[in-house]
Amino acid sequence: MKLRNVLNTKTPKSPLQKKGSSSIRIRNSKWLSFPYILWMIGFIIIPILVILYYGLTNTDTSLTLDNVLAILDPINLRSLRLALGLSWKSTVICLLLAYPLAMILSKAKNKSNFIVMIIILPMWMNFLLRTIAWQNLLERTGVINTVLKFFNLPMLNIINTPNAIILGMVYNFLPFMVLPIYNVLIKIDKDIVNAARDLGANGIQTFLKIIFPLSLPGVISGITMAFVPSLTTFVISNILGGSKITLIGNVIEQEFRVGNWHVGSGLSLVLMIFILISMAIVSKFDKESEGNSLW
Amino acid sequence: MVKKITERFYVGLILFFLYAPIIILIVLSFNSSKSRARWGGFTLHWYKELFKNESIMNALYTTLIIAFLSALLATIIGTAAAIAINGMKKTPRTIMVAITNIPMLNADIVTGISLMLLFIAMRFTLGFSSVLISHITFNIPYVILSVMPKLRQLNAHTYEAALDLGASPIYAFFKVILPDIFPGVLTGFFLGFTMSLDDFVITYFTKGPEINTISTKIYSEVRKGIKPEIYALSTLMFISVLLLLIIINRKNADKQTVKKK
Amino acid sequence: MTDNKLINLLNITKSYGENVVLDELNLYIRENEFLTLLGPSGCGKTTTLRIIGGFESPDKGQVIFEGKDITNTAPNERQLNTVFQKYALFNHMTIAENIAFGLKIKKKTKAYINDKIKYALKLVNLDGFENRMPDSLSGGQQQRIAIARAIVNEPKVLLLDEPLGALDLKLRQDMQYELIRLKNELGITFIYVTHDQEEALTMSDTIVVMNQGYIQQIGSPEDIYNEPQNAFVADFIGESNILPSIMVEDKLVNILGTNFICVDTGFGQNKPVDVVIRPEDIDLVKPEEGIIKGVVTSLLFKGVHYEMEVNACGHDWLVHSTDLVPVGNEVGIWVDPFDIQIMNKPESEDEEAAELEI
Repeated sequence: MKLRNVLNTKTPKSPLQKKGSSSIRIRNSKWLSFPYILWMIGFIIIPILVILYYGLTNTDTSLTLDNVLAILDPINLRSLRLALGLSWKSTVICLLLAYPLAMILSKAKNKSNFIVMIIILPMWMNFLLRTIAWQNLLERTGVINTVLKFFNLPMLNIINTPNAIILGMVYNFLPFMVLPIYNVLIKIDKDIVNAARDLGANGIQTFLKIIFPLSLPGVISGITMAFVPSLTTFVISNILGGSKITLIGNVIEQEFRVGNWHVGSGLSLVLMIFILISMAIVSKFDKESEGNSLW
Repeated sequence: MVKKITERFYVGLILFFLYAPIIILIVLSFNSSKSRARWGGFTLHWYKELFKNESIMNALYTTLIIAFLSALLATIIGTAAAIAINGMKKTPRTIMVAITNIPMLNADIVTGISLMLLFIAMRFTLGFSSVLISHITFNIPYVILSVMPKLRQLNAHTYEAALDLGASPIYAFFKVILPDIFPGVLTGFFLGFTMSLDDFVITYFTKGPEINTISTKIYSEVRKGIKPEIYALSTLMFISVLLLLIIINRKNADKQTVKKK
Repeated sequence: MTDNKLINLLNITKSYGENVVLDELNLYIRENEFLTLLGPSGCGKTTTLRIIGGFESPDKGQVIFEGKDITNTAPNERQLNTVFQKYALFNHMTIAENIAFGLKIKKKTKAYINDKIKYALKLVNLDGFENRMPDSLSGGQQQRIAIARAIVNEPKVLLLDEPLGALDLKLRQDMQYELIRLKNELGITFIYVTHDQEEALTMSDTIVVMNQGYIQQIGSPEDIYNEPQNAFVADFIGESNILPSIMVEDKLVNILGTNFICVDTGFGQNKPVDVVIRPEDIDLVKPEEGIIKGVVTSLLFKGVHYEMEVNACGHDWLVHSTDLVPVGNEVGIWVDPFDIQIMNKPESEDEEAAELEI
């Protein structure tokens, strides 16, 4: 038996841990958050409670579930189902388009800022205008069809159909899918990937076993960031779907336009259930990065 | 090599997809025909008309003022909050971060409606202030999420070193912490500005009848046809931002090459 | 010696949640002393330094500086300066601006500041670096700037928190000489925190060995090395053989069943003790000439010497010797009486051991 090991048994079993993270902590900085806390209570939490109040009461302030149950009306139910279907499809398409793009961009030499800017830049052209421009592109006599006609190719007739709405959704929310995935991918340590290759994994295995699992928080954020606005839009359907296609967002907007606040709020509560589920999923995957993977 | 070409092609395709509508809008701004369906020849007419059109210029003014003020106030509130959150213990920090995520993850339509209902319930007249408050609300999270990572990267000891050398906490903050987190603060400001500029839905619900931003002005014209002046305005805004970004990028590139030497 | 206590820590207690980091710590630091707080990570040495610097406040106890209680004085109002572990230079400022930081706050004149910058850079052998940025400097250079930045403020005391921890071995050794020179030129008090015992032995006037929030021993480097007061100190400072033994009578100790002659007295009779024998103090001789016999079980070449383990009396003895003895050979072990250091056992284990003896 080694004597030096005997000695080790004398050191207490629970060694004191070095305290604190290396992150900066300014003493007495708590008060700095007071304006924000007040703001959050006043303009985030209370407004949600107000929706809750309107959604669960009648015009005569009596409690009721009718406003929420208005979702069961066949027309409303159909618009919800349609919205769920279209936003689900557009989210999947977004993911399929965004992931390869994010991967290619994450390997690029000139990092981060420039790439992020290229993706954000279209936002400086108004979102409504960009959507309206798709009318131009997609119309029967629009740009795309003119080009197709020139090459004697079959015409593309998707304006005023659900497919045009999906395209509009993909177009508008693709950046929100690309950025979180890109942000996670650039943070992956190159040596982790190299280690996987070193241990004999081929390109596909490395992707499936290492890169994709590590990028999952970004993927989840991206899905939420694309799914929620697609599910709740009323503008895209209005501009690209013609007047015949109504999504749940259109229904709610109409209710408010005609002053039917209680029903509108009730239907909003139904929407919020889906949003809450999305949030719960995000926060589950986002625990460590604390919101970082969103941007 | 083949892989590289495929990759480039793919990126090009996606960028084309993202920028095609923008090209269309720029082309339309030079279209002498009032209908957006027909090309009537090149003109700069709409650019001249734009500056004479009072309602569009008013909307532009409102849009820019709201974007600037909301981004500025959100930056101040958000940066302060980020510093405080960063110093918090785990549980309160988690709660704060979760609440910060609400406006980012919530649907615009729900945020817009909830704020509108709040303002009406409080007998607060819908107008400039209500839009400004709403924009600050959805901008703060962008600032916090931009500043937080920078705070975490800070060397914990630089602040203490400043105190050690005799600086008061406030002096130390402005001299040592702020310069280090400034890129994050700036990013937060620009993100907020952009989000405010591009917002339609929340503005739509909280603006009241008296004022218009570019977005709500466009929406009101969707059915009757967009005025070509709007295309001209958007083109001008887009081009100016594009130029700004190119200049910034050049400067950064220069800085980097200097550093390498 | 009691008249020049520059800093006096009285009954300092500090805990984080359930972790008691410092427990009723008492320590004074004399003027012009190079005092090193030495111990493993988590022993409370950095916390002690941060309490002196004012970055943490103790739960209990007082910090007295030149006779005045500064326990609740803010760090920016204390007459001490700190050199941080990772330099903590302000990366957005030039070297000159970094060094001038404290002086500008004190509203010194431009000429004075410029003189000071020149003087400080000369002192740390970095003349002409005024307009460089911190990130263009090597680790060793950054560390010297951090020292320069601190000393231009003419502090009474310089606190150094593992300042050489991030440097490589060669640089670390150079910087040790550099620090000793600085200390002598400046004539101020240094309080130095490290976990590196060699660093502590090389530079200090006084070493304070700490463990688990308690001071284990205070003394000169020679005292600490040659006469460790307990097994922890003996093991932490250098390599050693620590052997549970019985003090038979004055100047006679029974180690693993064999009586050895030693020079210590006053431990009583038949008292269990710990014995420390440094590996370089063990002489390997012919089997029949040693006090005990053993067999070499392992052999490593260490450059200056060979490190061997010799199994004797059921234990592996660590031996440093310039003579090579191949593995498997039988050797004799010889220890000079004055190389046997007797230490009291800690209280509680004392009783346990006593019971076992009966």
